Amino acid sequence: MLKTVIPFGPQHPVLPEPLHLKLLVEEDVITEAIPALGFVHRGLEMLAHIRDFHQVTQVVERVCGICSMIHAMCYCQSIEALMEIEVPPRAKFLRTIWSELHRMHSHLLWLGLFADSFGFESLFMQLWKIREKVLDLNEATTGNRIIVSVNVIGGVRRDLNPEQISWMLAELAAVELEINRLGSTLLTDYTVKKRTAGKGVITRDKAFEFGLVGPTLRASGICQDMRMLGYAAFDQLDFEPVVETEGDCYARSKVRFREVLQSIDLIRQALSRIAQSEIRTKVKGRPEGETVCRVEQPRGELLYYIKANGTKNLERLRIRTPTFANIPALLVILPGMWLSDVPVVVLSIDPCISCTER
Amino acid sequence: MRDEVISVDPDNLVGAVAKIKVEGYRFVTLSCMQGDENMVVVLYHFDKDLVLKHLRVSVPADRALPSITPVYFAAFLVENEIQDLFGLRFSGLAVDYERTLYLEGQDVRVTPFCRYIVAKTPDDKAKMLPASADLPGTGGS
Repeated sequence: MLKTVIPFGPQHPVLPEPLHLKLLVEEDVITEAIPALGFVHRGLEMLAHIRDFHQVTQVVERVCGICSMIHAMCYCQSIEALMEIEVPPRAKFLRTIWSELHRMHSHLLWLGLFADSFGFESLFMQLWKIREKVLDLNEATTGNRIIVSVNVIGGVRRDLNPEQISWMLAELAAVELEINRLGSTLLTDYTVKKRTAGKGVITRDKAFEFGLVGPTLRASGICQDMRMLGYAAFDQLDFEPVVETEGDCYARSKVRFREVLQSIDLIRQALSRIAQSEIRTKVKGRPEGETVCRVEQPRGELLYYIKANGTKNLERLRIRTPTFANIPALLVILPGMWLSDVPVVVLSIDPCISCTER
Repeated sequence: MRDEVISVDPDNLVGAVAKIKVEGYRFVTLSCMQGDENMVVVLYHFDKDLVLKHLRVSVPADRALPSITPVYFAAFLVENEIQDLFGLRFSGLAVDYERTLYLEGQDVRVTPFCRYIVAKTPDDKAKMLPASADLPGTGGS
């Protein structure tokens, strides 16, 4: 049988970012898939060696817009661990709140794009309409909609006053109502199920074998979420990871949908238990030593390895983003699939190429 | 680091990684950095029940490190990234981009994260850029 090579991406209607897949196809069935990267590589790890370690907070925020706050939080936590800085309790709660707002808007963005990938335009627009409200919450509380820039080494820049907390709770109630209204469509609609259920199945064993992370891992039945480590204020909140067992695209969308609702619950908990304290500790000295820090990004486990030598510049900053861990799975799940299912399956791992290439 | 770090000889690396896999660890990633002199240090990160374990390997920059892709296939992407950025070669790599994961054309002669450049062939050596000592911000010193 004659094999055809089909280039998928880097520019493709369903891809928000440039990922290239070289697909070998026999009669519309994929036989091999090889990913190619390098379209948006910016050398940010190298830039982090040149900038002062305080300035690196702004550098890592630009690794990825969608989870900028969580990158900065992970970096600050790493430096705080190296310098043995005690972050004020209120700052930990504020970090938790903003990181969950980021998870919400990231998941809503993905759910919309996912609906778009199988042609459900109205669902895509409704989900993004809800996302705007979450971005409004970011803007009102931090001054920015996406790159919120609230983290500093030793705490956070901004605080919430009682009026803002009341307003946030009211807005979250409205968001929750609208999400639940769309839930029945997203989770039970015939079209959605037809295009996603049973597609791109990753078994529990394969998910573990390939080192998958985040919702992609949890949709295959493995209960692992870095929030279980209890960083920021997660150790003071009631939290259980969302897990599904089917391992297909439908399960991955269910995990993310349920995680949006879970994030609302976590923000409510954090707002009700928020401690009264300073929001920032003064930082003296320079970091020395090496450390590894992990947090849960919307797409999964984010790892920062830092080596510092007591100067103002870091010796090494290594960032392992969740998409970098999830891409190898595409080599295994795509072969045997119909070409028409490729966009849905590729999108189901929520690929973030800015994160991946850094 | 607070986690367990085990130093491993390059010749025993694959065996040590296979043992870790049998113990039920999930592969997380590799971190590479420039070491002393002409050495490259690679840290292998593994996770089990949210606890990390690291293997530390030091290898001369011009010597190939055995790939762990026969044990953990998922390592192919990060091993290719290290080939691009540090010039360190991995032998037995399951999917080898030949240092073109990110770079292409004449860029493949440059290792952005290291001062030194590793020649693959005598022909490469002749074509090499002058020592990239002017590259800013290289780690390890």
